[in-house]
Amino acid sequence: LGFPDDVRYTAEHEWGRLENGVVTVGITSYATEQLGDIVFVELPDAGKRLEAMKPFGVVEAVKTVSDLYAPLSGEVVDVNATLSDNPALVNQEPFGEGWMIRIRPDRAEDFQKMMSNVDYEKHVEEQHA
Amino acid sequence: VQPVTALKRTPFYDFHRSAGARLVDFAGFEMPVRYTGDVREHQCVRNAVGLFDISHMGEFLVRGDGALAFLDRAVTNDVASLAVGQALYSPLCRADGGIVDDLLVYRAADHFMVVVNASNIAKDFAWLRDQCPPGVELVDRSDEFALLAVQGPRAAEVLRGHVPDAALELGFYRFLIGRGFGADMVISRTGYTGEDGFELYFHPRDAVAVWTGVVEAGAPHGLELVGLGARDTLRLEMGYMLYGNDIDDTTSPLEAGLGWTVKLAKPDFVGRAALVRQKEQGLTRRLVGISLDGRRVPRHDMPLESAGAAVGRVTSGTFSPSLERPIGMAYVESGLAKLGHIVEVRAGETRLPATIVKRPFWTKGSNRGASAS
Repeated sequence: LGFPDDVRYTAEHEWGRLENGVVTVGITSYATEQLGDIVFVELPDAGKRLEAMKPFGVVEAVKTVSDLYAPLSGEVVDVNATLSDNPALVNQEPFGEGWMIRIRPDRAEDFQKMMSNVDYEKHVEEQHA
Repeated sequence: VQPVTALKRTPFYDFHRSAGARLVDFAGFEMPVRYTGDVREHQCVRNAVGLFDISHMGEFLVRGDGALAFLDRAVTNDVASLAVGQALYSPLCRADGGIVDDLLVYRAADHFMVVVNASNIAKDFAWLRDQCPPGVELVDRSDEFALLAVQGPRAAEVLRGHVPDAALELGFYRFLIGRGFGADMVISRTGYTGEDGFELYFHPRDAVAVWTGVVEAGAPHGLELVGLGARDTLRLEMGYMLYGNDIDDTTSPLEAGLGWTVKLAKPDFVGRAALVRQKEQGLTRRLVGISLDGRRVPRHDMPLESAGAAVGRVTSGTFSPSLERPIGMAYVESGLAKLGHIVEVRAGETRLPATIVKRPFWTKGSNRGASAS
């Protein structure tokens, strides 16, 4: 499989990347492969407060719909507006241009509690078996 | 200990694996849901041609002097009107008018072939066996048929030179039995996509030769492999039924808009009395097409509301790749089943306005002969 090691992961297939105290959040390549072609991403507005493991948005694929879960508690400080016109970016570059929101976490240490790429890969393999 | 039921595999399993398909459990079969992407595969069928493995479908053979009468009484459509070399779509109904399955009946010179949904093979076979009179032979031959669908405006060009010329002249819902791609096969001009196309039934021992032959013949025409994901978006754009979603044991063909397949003029068939009564008393609900603005998609089982009251339920929904909008089907109270009427689909806490529209949603398919099925 092979997941990037510069981000951390949740069991719900979100990833987070910590830069300058802000965590960029998206969904993993495994999630996009499971979902298929994504046609719509519903995201919160900047300023919204998120609670860890609570839904913060919705991703609609042709075949399925899935909630997005906040990897940690905090405030939304940025939203990827290009996804409203081009949701396929999530399929094309799930770890890059397909990012969804940026969160300023309430507790910086929460980020370290997310899974490493090695643990996430194990988690995916267990789910897949 | 957890009992594990092994999934069945079609004879094309290795091809799916090597093509990188995502495989899922579908009616107990390990089937390809997607090879490259739902939308790409969908468009390939609308614009060129696609190859589907649908070997999970069931095939029953029926023969004997009473075979015609038996089938004509078992299903709602008019088997007696079939010419040799012709096929028919029909519901198979319970006495109360509920739908046991929807199926195809093929009339060959000395037998009939009944093609049923994979999820219903055991149920249908038991159901039919109980009605089968002495002297009529009914056998389940599902394991002795591989089934490929070649669908799209260029389907005939893919087959040209590899099947008898007569096969390319077949009308919709006509078939012949002959040689194709080096194998004995039933070549049928049928499909579930709204495009021109063929379905090829042959023995699994010929699976490698036929698959390889179709893929090679199709390459110059842009043929790609298509999974069950795109099969569903293609059929839904045509408003075709998916058993278990849009129709089941608790829905009647009249409610589902399949009245054209219910021949109440036949003197008798299973479900006739109940369906006559239903027609006389009027339907309480109808299956309608719904079309939505925006990009939120209606999904199976989402409630339908009107003026705050529950008025029905979504049976199928998808984002239509051809129309680039969300579409679906839903049962709705008869009084609301009017074209142009607006209802609301409840998606969690969100309510999505949905307009009741005509089926099929997609009317530009290459299959000009396509009726409601």
